[in-house]
Amino acid sequence: MASIQITEATKSYGNTAVLHGIDLNIQDGEFIVLVGPSGCGKSTLLRMIAGLEEVTSGSISINERIINDLPPRDRDIAMVFQSYALYPHMSVEENISYAMTLRKSPKEKIASAVNGVSSILGLNGLLERRPKALSGGQRQRVAMGRAIVRDPQAFLFDEPLSNLDARLREQMRSEIRKLHRKLNATSIYVTHDQIEAMTMADRIVAMHDGYIQQVGTPLEIYDKPANVFVASFIGSPAMNFIKGTASASGDGYHLQTDQGHQIILPESSGLKDRMDVILGVRPEHLMIVEEGPASLPATVDLIEPMGLSTLVHVRVGQDSLKIFTLDRPDIAEGTQVHVSYIKEKLHMFDARTEMRLESPV
Amino acid sequence: MTAATDLGTHPASRQGVTSRRFLSRFEPYFYAAPAIVLLVTVMMVPLVVGLTYTVRDIRILNPFSGGYVGFAHFEAVWHDQNFHNALYNTFWWTVSSLFFQFFLGLTLALLLNRTFPGRRIIQSLVFLPWAVPAFLSGLNWAWMFNPVISPLPQWLFALGILSEPTNILSDPDLAMWGPIVANIWFGIPFFAITLLAALQSIPGEIYEAASIDGASRKQQFVSITLPFLAPTIAITLMLRTIWIANFADLIIVMTNGGPADSTQIVSSYIFTQAFRRLDFGYASAIAAVLLVLLMAYAVSIIFIRRSLLRET
Amino acid sequence: MAYYAKSKGQRVVDWSVHYGLLACYLFFALFPLFWLFKVAVTPTKLLYSEGIRMWPSEMTWTNFTQVMTDTDFPQFFINSAIVSGSTAFISTLIAAAAGYSFSRFHYRGKAVIIVLMLITQMFPLVMLIAPIFRILTPLGLTDSLLGLVVVYTAFNVPFATFLMQSFFDGIPKDLEEAAMIDGNTRFGALVKIIFPLTLPGIAATLGFVFTAAWSELLFALMLVSSPDAVTFPVGLLTFVSKFSVDFGQMMAAGFLALIPAAIFFFLIQRYLVQGLTAGAVKG
Repeated sequence: MASIQITEATKSYGNTAVLHGIDLNIQDGEFIVLVGPSGCGKSTLLRMIAGLEEVTSGSISINERIINDLPPRDRDIAMVFQSYALYPHMSVEENISYAMTLRKSPKEKIASAVNGVSSILGLNGLLERRPKALSGGQRQRVAMGRAIVRDPQAFLFDEPLSNLDARLREQMRSEIRKLHRKLNATSIYVTHDQIEAMTMADRIVAMHDGYIQQVGTPLEIYDKPANVFVASFIGSPAMNFIKGTASASGDGYHLQTDQGHQIILPESSGLKDRMDVILGVRPEHLMIVEEGPASLPATVDLIEPMGLSTLVHVRVGQDSLKIFTLDRPDIAEGTQVHVSYIKEKLHMFDARTEMRLESPV
Repeated sequence: MTAATDLGTHPASRQGVTSRRFLSRFEPYFYAAPAIVLLVTVMMVPLVVGLTYTVRDIRILNPFSGGYVGFAHFEAVWHDQNFHNALYNTFWWTVSSLFFQFFLGLTLALLLNRTFPGRRIIQSLVFLPWAVPAFLSGLNWAWMFNPVISPLPQWLFALGILSEPTNILSDPDLAMWGPIVANIWFGIPFFAITLLAALQSIPGEIYEAASIDGASRKQQFVSITLPFLAPTIAITLMLRTIWIANFADLIIVMTNGGPADSTQIVSSYIFTQAFRRLDFGYASAIAAVLLVLLMAYAVSIIFIRRSLLRET
Repeated sequence: MAYYAKSKGQRVVDWSVHYGLLACYLFFALFPLFWLFKVAVTPTKLLYSEGIRMWPSEMTWTNFTQVMTDTDFPQFFINSAIVSGSTAFISTLIAAAAGYSFSRFHYRGKAVIIVLMLITQMFPLVMLIAPIFRILTPLGLTDSLLGLVVVYTAFNVPFATFLMQSFFDGIPKDLEEAAMIDGNTRFGALVKIIFPLTLPGIAATLGFVFTAAWSELLFALMLVSSPDAVTFPVGLLTFVSKFSVDFGQMMAAGFLALIPAAIFFFLIQRYLVQGLTAGAVKG
């Protein structure tokens, strides 16, 4: 098993830089998820680790050894592709054993490895089939099997579940997670799906525009997003944002929103009088209340019942907010309500830099 | 910096790493190298040599030839009535061959772009003329136009196309149609193959969406099929124009430019100059003129295609 | 074309027109070939008297047997087979490598190479004959089959390269990347994974080049003079002058000449359509 160090790695195509000074240390056995919108550079970074893209500058090492110029086959890593990339002219068995055959492993060893993997993944009856004759989920399993059978230093996953339907995706998510627990192999997983990132990662690496925005455990990232981008990208339904100006009042600050409301802000050393602030509040930290001192008047736009929970869309002035509740509120669309918030759970960002303003909680 | 760290941990591997980087940088060129070498030695170098002939007096049977003549050949080409005639013929030869090859090829492609019983075998059979060697097509069609040994002139007479069942190849007014018909016969499959391929790459859902939107077959053809085919049409028309303009085999075999130079096109005229009169200098000058004309044509087509693509 | 609900009567009309048009095409494509065959099996004495009859009153194979036994024709046949076979094989190999390079890599000079290849398609080839003759003479490659192979290969590589490139474009890049991660070199991945998947494309290219080389007349005529290196087209042309009276034999020889190219093309035309489709989807 392996640790992976990425030091000041950059990537550019001609004059276009797609990755800027990436620094990342991955511990042995860690499950890292690179998450971000398409075009953020996450796949490029993964492909650089795999050896499929050249590193423009900086270095990538596996177990302290720089592998920048090592061809993919000498890196001892396995990769699961979004398209699965199964060899269409080979049977499932040949697909899975191809890497071992190339390494001239003894026949008995290959056979037992293939057997082991196919029983882990439930591929036993399918070994003779060609990829064409498999369902999407089965192909995905074969792609996994092809990676596992090699017992590599590290696993790389490039959006492996994005071609599956929702139910299968959920199932494979937990299977990959269990598999990781069993094999305990260093894994780097690329996805644009923040739910996959939250549920699977030991640590999440949030990326945007070729920069790493934040690295942390899923809950760290959820609870303390480093900037507006991470705050808006992680979490579903997404965080609400309200723009305004901080103004000192008594021993604290409150936010004078652009819509003319006042919201009491938690303490933060970063706040200054008349500073432009973006306030973030997760839908589960808003609630519909009777009119009170800290409530905002709102109009109900839309109610989305989801069975377990309900999502209420309201408008406060021009700001559109989503409220998540486990109740089934007895209100109709178009009615006037009041909205309140949990002060300690508010996130504040400097509107100029979009960086988080720390609060002591 | 990278190299230094690398050197520190693995002093022995540096040599290997640099040569690997070198290899991967040049890998694309290794794959393309044989093709490039071949093209340069067998095509580009002879082309340049051929271009130098245009300003020299190169007559094979004349031992005193070989001197520099400047632009004398080009001046002669400018005044050469036979060349003007050949240029005019080339235009008609190319335009008529292309017109019929294209429209008949497109129709055939549309007919074959449906599933029906016997489609595979019919497709193989109608594409067969493309495989017939050009000289053999020429011989065969020369034969077909002969009223003594072929029913074709009789049929054309019966259809009212010919006023009497004679051999059109010996009639200066009609002779050009002989090689043109042979060329159409030979060239339909090329258009049918490329256009069929383009048709099959049009996603079927688009037609379904259009028919649900209420588009008739004709409207679908105009608003979906043609725009999809346009880039392919532009590129194949360009390639074929050039090939046909250069394609002298059929004419040389069927009429040898006659009767009375009525079927002489530029490329057959070049052939005549070079191999009947052995005047390579003059032949090369004509060829250079043809090359320039064709390149100007190709550039303008590429330009049009690009603006078409930008629109879509 | 999409099909939607139609009355039965409309459908019948529709299909009658469809098959009617196809029948016209079939007639136009095949009648000249049929006529070639008809003349070849007509006894010489009936050639003119039954010139426009659809089928001669008596039929003979003697034209074929005479061509095979009394002429140099079998030798021409073998020469052509050698030249066309080698040209097809070598061109496809070179074009596959170049097409792969165009399809998979971005590098400096690629656009220039592609433009050069396009320009070679514009040459009036007659213009190249004299310079090529000059270059090949000191190398001893005139009047030899090898010289023809070299020249034909160069002529066919550009189009074959574009063809191969479009086939490679149709194969996902992921596959060879997976193979490289599995332990192949790039070349290993090309041979073990990509080539097997490109077989239809290779067949199409082979067939295309074979047909082109099999048909070539001008260069064969100019570069080769000794009978043991004469190819089919040239041999047939000498028929025209030597045996100008014996049209039956000439047509028999022509018909025989047609067979290999026709069979090859018959088998591969499907892949040609397929390959161009695969490329079209991408580009």
